[in-house]
Amino acid sequence: MQKQLDEEYYRLLHELQAVDFVLVELNLYLDTHPWDTQAIQQFNHCSQNRRQLAQQFESMYGPLMNFGHSYSGAPWQWNDAPWPWQV
Amino acid sequence: MWVYEKKLQYPVRVSKCDPLMAKFLMEQYGGADGELAAALRYLNQRYSIPDKVIGLLTDIGTEEFAHLEMIATMIYKLTKDATPDQLRAAGLGDHYAAHDNALFYQNASGVPWTASYIQAKGDPIADLYEDIAAEEKARATYQWLIDLTDDVDLQDSLKFLREREIVHSLRFREAVEILKEKRDEKIYY
Repeated sequence: MQKQLDEEYYRLLHELQAVDFVLVELNLYLDTHPWDTQAIQQFNHCSQNRRQLAQQFESMYGPLMNFGHSYSGAPWQWNDAPWPWQV
Repeated sequence: MWVYEKKLQYPVRVSKCDPLMAKFLMEQYGGADGELAAALRYLNQRYSIPDKVIGLLTDIGTEEFAHLEMIATMIYKLTKDATPDQLRAAGLGDHYAAHDNALFYQNASGVPWTASYIQAKGDPIADLYEDIAAEEKARATYQWLIDLTDDVDLQDSLKFLREREIVHSLRFREAVEILKEKRDEKIYY
């Protein structure tokens, strides 16, 4: 079953992808610059931000992650389309 | 342990059905310098690399799987509406005969992926130099792929991937320096 995707879906998804990009970049950077406390601060700040964004996205469009990292409504929402390559 | 996240790392949009471009993109799906090779190379090397760079290999290896999913999405979107005739005209007739519209780990010429594309030498410097070379080769491939299409939506996603190769290469170069410092320390102690 494919949910109807509105503009808000793409807006929120894009916002999440943007903050996650910053997190991936900071993560890799910190892997080779472990003493950069400013970058660590930025990382933790973005991490908190992404948690809120993901929560908002999931409350509207269902779980983002499997294996207990996201909550599910009933019936079980994990199987619901769209999958990433379908949007 | 890995967990899956139901979203792409970066949006993938295509503006037309283009099975020929999908065929070229298979180079980055199941080719020697492709994303599958990259992910499996790094995630396998990490067991015998010094602790200081295990995190980096784990993280870049994991990101490569996100890139693999983006390439898969491109190929899927470029071929999903193609007829057998269109696939045949794009040189994918033999692919269709074996796989229908399914994706398969092979390069642009239809050669299946093989583990001999990748190495784990047990020597940290040798492994990291291979990783740097792999990123540079993938960066070059992305440039050739960008040159092969006039689809600006597709180019946008490919440019993102090209930039990631540059960042990965830089991080691997830093990892080499970290290991060299450690190696030099040993001389004095």
